[in-house]
Amino acid sequence: MTSIRPIRTFRAIALASVLPLTLLLAPIDAAARDQIRIVGSSTVFPFSTTVAERFGRTTAFKTPIVESTGSGGGLKLFCAGPGDDTPDIANASRRIKRSEVELCARNGVRDIVEVRIGFDGIVVARSKVNPVLPLTRKQLFLALARRVPVAGGMVENPNRTWKEVDPGLPDREIEVLGPPPTSGTRDAFVELAMEGGAKQIPMLATLAKQDKKAFKTAAHAIREDGAYIEAGENDNLIVQKLEANPNAFGIFGFSFLNQNVDRIEASPIDGVEPTFENIAAGRYPISRSLYFYLKKSHVGRVPGLREYIAEFTSERAVGPDGYLADKGLIPLPEADRRTVRKAASALEPLHL
Amino acid sequence: MSSAGASDLRATALTGRARRRLARRHRAEKRFRAYGFGAIAIALGILMLLFASIVIGGWGAFFRSEATLEIRFDAERIDPDGLRKPDVLATGDYGGLVRDALERLFPDVAGRRAKRALRRLMSRGAAYDLQKRVLDNPALIGQSASIPLPLSDEADLYVKGRISPDLPETERTLSDRQIAWLDALRERGRIHTGFNPGFFSSGDSREPELAGIGGALVGSLMTLFVALILCFPLGVAAAVYLEELAPETRWTRLVEVNINNLAAVPSVIFGVLGLAIFLGTFGLPRSAPLVGGLVLSLRTLPIIIIASRASLAAVPPSIRSAAMAIGASPIQVVAHHVVPNALPGILTGTIIGMAQALGETAPLLMIGMVAFVVDIPTGITDPATVLPVQIYLWADSPERAFVEKTAGAIIVLLAFLVSMNGTAVWLRQRFEKRT
Repeated sequence: MTSIRPIRTFRAIALASVLPLTLLLAPIDAAARDQIRIVGSSTVFPFSTTVAERFGRTTAFKTPIVESTGSGGGLKLFCAGPGDDTPDIANASRRIKRSEVELCARNGVRDIVEVRIGFDGIVVARSKVNPVLPLTRKQLFLALARRVPVAGGMVENPNRTWKEVDPGLPDREIEVLGPPPTSGTRDAFVELAMEGGAKQIPMLATLAKQDKKAFKTAAHAIREDGAYIEAGENDNLIVQKLEANPNAFGIFGFSFLNQNVDRIEASPIDGVEPTFENIAAGRYPISRSLYFYLKKSHVGRVPGLREYIAEFTSERAVGPDGYLADKGLIPLPEADRRTVRKAASALEPLHL
Repeated sequence: MSSAGASDLRATALTGRARRRLARRHRAEKRFRAYGFGAIAIALGILMLLFASIVIGGWGAFFRSEATLEIRFDAERIDPDGLRKPDVLATGDYGGLVRDALERLFPDVAGRRAKRALRRLMSRGAAYDLQKRVLDNPALIGQSASIPLPLSDEADLYVKGRISPDLPETERTLSDRQIAWLDALRERGRIHTGFNPGFFSSGDSREPELAGIGGALVGSLMTLFVALILCFPLGVAAAVYLEELAPETRWTRLVEVNINNLAAVPSVIFGVLGLAIFLGTFGLPRSAPLVGGLVLSLRTLPIIIIASRASLAAVPPSIRSAAMAIGASPIQVVAHHVVPNALPGILTGTIIGMAQALGETAPLLMIGMVAFVVDIPTGITDPATVLPVQIYLWADSPERAFVEKTAGAIIVLLAFLVSMNGTAVWLRQRFEKRT
């Protein structure tokens, strides 16, 4: 009774095991791409995808594919070679490094076009149940650095509470949730807030003049004794944790503050509140520029690249009333926007 | 021992101490049962809590709010030269039509800021919706119609009651004015909340109210299909060979140990391997379900081999001996008797392996499937993403409305998993009955 069916089963299995081989041997269509490929920063990702979607819906071109790989990872892929199998555009939440330009050149990627798209502010915020606590970059440095200067020497950060950092601050334990070292937000925070704070301390300021490298090591190291908690790359998670723990501060991008104004409020830094206007005017100290980089050699080979750049630099995208402003991108000053637009449409190559 | 004998024993032979000991043992027995019951109750309770929080959070994702507007398909705005050319129609100012309709409804709204605030009540998708209608039916130009169009994500959250109007204005993303307009629209009966088919049929979008899991669902299906046709036959063939036919040598033992180790390798390693081999050496396309399937089949293959071997080993040796005794060749023994008897277990192992593959994101990051893909893939070499990746991307988005979408996508992923496991149970029962 079971004799017929098992044979069939076995034959089916035998036949099926041949299938994968044919699948592997089937020629893969390696013709030129008809779709833009973008990689890079998770901070630029929401803006890049918004432009990509709009571009796909309003033009005859296919919607570009945008991957969220982080700035460093994206530029590495971007610089892997000039071929069609490498991305056309890399988004970055920091400027491309000289070493990356060199890597690109070694792999045959020569003409890189840089496009600056706007600003992003990094905020230090806390749950709304507490009153607003203005902070300075110096206080942030003293609260978060691994080693701080005490009586002429550097010691392991002894500050347990904000009051120990500055007598004017409340007697509360220091607890700050922030991004891990792999994140571009962390890079920018360290560079702008920590370094900026360290420079206000006389001893470190002299060090900065004498030995730049030693100063950077001192200013960039964040304490690892539990006061600074690495909360992962997900900014939404940090916002939720701030709600649960009203004493803790969080460090994240401005767009997340914008979306959660009912739950959290940001500390003014050096007396400047992180508002749209203050960041746009360059008054808020912890803000950075966002970029994307393009392979000039792909323009003309991959259809739609020129049009994508035109859309991304257009006033209706990056202008003060543009749709990217709705998503939390802070526009460049008008003159800068005009320069960027002109340089981008002329595909002017990058000079570092 | 009969119960009469037991009570005899208890009545006569038990001393006080023995009776106390017995009572203590009975109590220990009861406690043990209570612990077990408690453990299951806690596990179930946590599971229920998880399900409840996800369903409560994500139920709203299956619905969306629409406002019915009187749209005048103004030829000036969408087809200024009157030639009805599709490429001209595609670039028409459909956003302008929506704006006009809103301003006709609220004629007293003046000033650029106020008009902008009014316009932001409607989704950007409203314009795409009108564009599609006109392209499908150019005869609409010059006419008027009342058309239900999607509200923006924030207006949608307000209509669904997720933004409280009692909060101070500075603490919510909608202004007092916008809330007043929404209330006015609601009073005029223009706002409806209904099932959102787009959540299942569309690809990803930056606008939460337009985003759907259709693309990710198709991507997951394609990826799993590729993984299944690769690793099921290979896995079963490997298991049959190792369990039934292979001689016990140092070489086969080495292979066995390696398969067991492979099952324990963190999945991201397979992604790195896929990046180097499938993308690097073979030059397969990035972000494609084909490569995703290849990588996940590497991940699943050892699981299937191990499960298949276990169920082959569980087939009683008497069946093999009986088949041999009536003159079956080793191949016939395996094909006619051993494999069919082991099939329920093999299928269960395969489906559980597939269910694990369905939940993977780490290896896919390396091969570019953690990506924003709007177009729904039509073949296994098209760029695609998968369900868990979609959940990850939405969870990371700043817009508050994506929280709901994330939970909605989790519901779909769980339903997918439960139905796969259900299939495993059903298949097992079906095959067990037959043999």
